[in-house]
Amino acid sequence: MLRMKLPTILVGVAVSVLWVAAPAQAEDITVTIDNFAFTPQNVTVKPGTKVTWINHDDIPHSVASGTQGLRSKALDTDQSFSFTFTTPGTFKYFCGLHPHMTGSIVVEGTTGSAAPQ
Amino acid sequence: MTTHDDGPSRRKVLECMTWAGTGVLWTIAGGVPASLGIIDGALAEEPKGFTFLQISDSHMGFDKPANPNAKGTLEEAIARARTIPNRPAFMIHTGDISHLSKASEFDDAEKIISQARLDVHYVPGEHDIIDEDRGRLYMARYGRGTRGFGYYSFDANGVHFIGLVNVVDLKGGGLGYLGAEQLAWLENDLKGRSASQPIVVFAHIPLWTVYPEWGWGTDDGAQALGYLKRFGSVTVLNGHIHQVMQKVEGNVTFHTARSTAFPQPAPGTAPSPGPMKVADDKLRTLLGIADITFKQNEQRLAIVDTPLKS
Repeated sequence: MLRMKLPTILVGVAVSVLWVAAPAQAEDITVTIDNFAFTPQNVTVKPGTKVTWINHDDIPHSVASGTQGLRSKALDTDQSFSFTFTTPGTFKYFCGLHPHMTGSIVVEGTTGSAAPQ
Repeated sequence: MTTHDDGPSRRKVLECMTWAGTGVLWTIAGGVPASLGIIDGALAEEPKGFTFLQISDSHMGFDKPANPNAKGTLEEAIARARTIPNRPAFMIHTGDISHLSKASEFDDAEKIISQARLDVHYVPGEHDIIDEDRGRLYMARYGRGTRGFGYYSFDANGVHFIGLVNVVDLKGGGLGYLGAEQLAWLENDLKGRSASQPIVVFAHIPLWTVYPEWGWGTDDGAQALGYLKRFGSVTVLNGHIHQVMQKVEGNVTFHTARSTAFPQPAPGTAPSPGPMKVADDKLRTLLGIADITFKQNEQRLAIVDTPLKS
């Protein structure tokens, strides 16, 4: 019984440490999709910001990009997709169905180094 | 077209456009298209000839206010197709069969379209390849004997038909896209063909630039059209924009078909190209099918757009 309890306690400790170590310094933001456009189209955020895209059109849209993980499935009306940006840089994206719809998320650098394009 | 004395209000102009779009019969003789007249009369005059049908943008699964019953209007379109006196040889579907690439949507389309009892040649629209595996369902159903994401060619009655795919691997900031591999295949497919053979090219997104602000065009469409320049009769059939549009450039006639599901606004007349909600009694005048007749010896290709309701 004792041997079983130890790992459980360790996991418990680890979880609380993570909880404390992730302060809510970055405010989550929402990008809406209305009338075949991302609004706001270009946003600057702090590292750790969770961005949520929500589709308000009667037509499905998606979020597509060359960035690993920054690619949603097709979002039907009122469906959403979230991605947390942790690395500084400029992340351009577009709608995979209607690629003339474009937007970008700029994640501020913490060290002042140039953001990769 | 009837005349109205109450001035050229926008509504009247649109009605006239609709009627003109549905009623004009095009001929192509020596590469110079000319309008022959109104459909019903023309069809009655020319019962013979090789005819095929185009339907487009069925959007099975669409249930928004612009048309809560897209299944019903597809059924009406197919019923309409069955009444054409000169029985079409086959049908082409220029994409957006489904709204969300769901198996059940493809099933519904199949169930209804098969009622026409015609062979159907499909190309995918962007709505047909948004399943988890990005087009696997489409290819499993419609991809047999095709290359890449579903392009192919075939001959019928002396006409060479080419189905192209311009909805895959789209680039940020761009329009429709064919890609180098497909273009190389197209160039090769046309090599050695007589310039006098009529060509019909069909794809979902217009291959010509209709309105780039709404994404209505194909980035590398001009390259494809370049390969077709030497041919005396080229007809390009597209869907995607849910309205009839025609343009003639040299020997090439461009034509887009109506949707069977919902209309979209004319370029620039609305904040976006999204589904256009119209009065219930107007909807069926903006949905429909197209039939295309090729008359041997006269090198004629006539495109007739028929709305679900005149």
